[in-house]
Amino acid sequence: MANYSTNEFRSGLKVILDNDPCSILENEFVKPGKGQAFNRVKLRNLKTGRVLDKTFKSGESLEGADVMDMDMQYLYSDGDFWCFMEPDTFEQHQATESAVSDALIWLSEQDICVVTLYNGIPLSVTPPNHVELEIVETDPGLRGDTAQGGSKPARLATGAVVKVPLFLDQGDVVKVDTRTGEYQGRVK
Amino acid sequence: MSDWQPGASIHNLRRRAQMMSLVRNFFANQSVMEVDVPVLSRSGVTDLNIDGICATLAGAPAYLQTSPEYFMKRLLASGIGDIYCLGKAFRDSEIGHKHNPEFTLLEWYRCGWDEHQLMSELGDLVSQLMNKPGVSDLRVTKVSYADCFQDKFGLNPHQASLSDLQGLAAKAGSSSWAGETRANCLDLIFSLKVEPQLPEGLVFIYDYPECQAALAAITTAEQGYKVSRRFEGFLDGLEIANGYFELCDPIEQRRRFDQDNIARQAAGKPLWDIDTKLLDAMRSGLPACAGVALGLDRLLMSDLEVKSIDQVMPFSWLRC
Repeated sequence: MANYSTNEFRSGLKVILDNDPCSILENEFVKPGKGQAFNRVKLRNLKTGRVLDKTFKSGESLEGADVMDMDMQYLYSDGDFWCFMEPDTFEQHQATESAVSDALIWLSEQDICVVTLYNGIPLSVTPPNHVELEIVETDPGLRGDTAQGGSKPARLATGAVVKVPLFLDQGDVVKVDTRTGEYQGRVK
Repeated sequence: MSDWQPGASIHNLRRRAQMMSLVRNFFANQSVMEVDVPVLSRSGVTDLNIDGICATLAGAPAYLQTSPEYFMKRLLASGIGDIYCLGKAFRDSEIGHKHNPEFTLLEWYRCGWDEHQLMSELGDLVSQLMNKPGVSDLRVTKVSYADCFQDKFGLNPHQASLSDLQGLAAKAGSSSWAGETRANCLDLIFSLKVEPQLPEGLVFIYDYPECQAALAAITTAEQGYKVSRRFEGFLDGLEIANGYFELCDPIEQRRRFDQDNIARQAAGKPLWDIDTKLLDAMRSGLPACAGVALGLDRLLMSDLEVKSIDQVMPFSWLRC
């Protein structure tokens, strides 16, 4: 991969820092009038998700990271690996538990997810922004109580627990925003 | 946003025009004469951390000036008296929210004054320029470079060992600073740890370290160590001005030029020819004086409370 100098750092650029792939979030050019120029850079470690603040001398460079986001269909899991398929080529990729861990509570077979590949290997999986899932466990519904506020926890088919309105029942299908974990509505 | 349009609103450009006219009125009232010195010169600046932009004139290099300083000092040595220049300066690769490679600099010199008298005049000027109806007077604070460090880190920046400073810099920046020079470590620590916590209003930091003297005279402080008679002005935490009680000794000036070029060579930067006309002027006699340069674009950013220099200039480099 190419090397990128601080003046090429842009939001979204993927680089390697301390052996880990990182995504650049912000890059600020700082220069005291008579002093050495430097860049204050905010990066997200794509393995751990942690955000780091680093200061580089202007002109320093980092190696680019071979990181690519790709839409893939989730097929199945054998318990050790989670299998995803590229819809165009039918090529399959095995993701480890650490790569899917954040997505696991939302993942249903056939879902189209964004798989982040690092050197061709799945690094992380982002579930669809909205998923529709069946409630498998919740307190009995309070019929007629549709106008009042109030909510109760409900366990969904994939294991996620979300807050839903009181009138919903086991067997109902709900739409959830996976980015916030919030209930969006009932699917009829 | 369309690229053909100016970055600044018409309102901001009107304020810019007003500020330039206020500057001229201020100096007219003080009987300081305006000079419009060239921006193109046969000599560049040797400063390690300031890179000039080199044009070509009839096949020979011609340097866009990084400040009007050398020309103004040649006028001072000719006996012109107090002068100011309001014009453009150019610095290569300085692009960011607070930097544009071409910018507007107000620089002036007061003969027979020291740097503290000049700070006080700079305070008056900024107060007048920023005088908004209903806003209380500008708060002006003065603190020595040593006290800034002493308060924050409990160490004296002039006497601390290089390894102590490298340790602080590595902690503030990243491990790659552990091998840096004294001047670079001090700049990093100051920018990251001191600057963000400066009080509001106009703050003058004076008595900079000897290794950051640039073109300022050097003196011995009461405590026995050397400091440079250089100061900087920060307005609400934004660096706006840099001034000196000027170095007048041509031999010391020559030594600093040569030292600059040695440092440039070590850093793999191009070497610039030394401005011998400036040295000749200093040999003939530069009067004792204090001088300061103020970034007008930065002052406007603070006055108009905007985050980007693009919002106070007709066309920043992004739009040129």
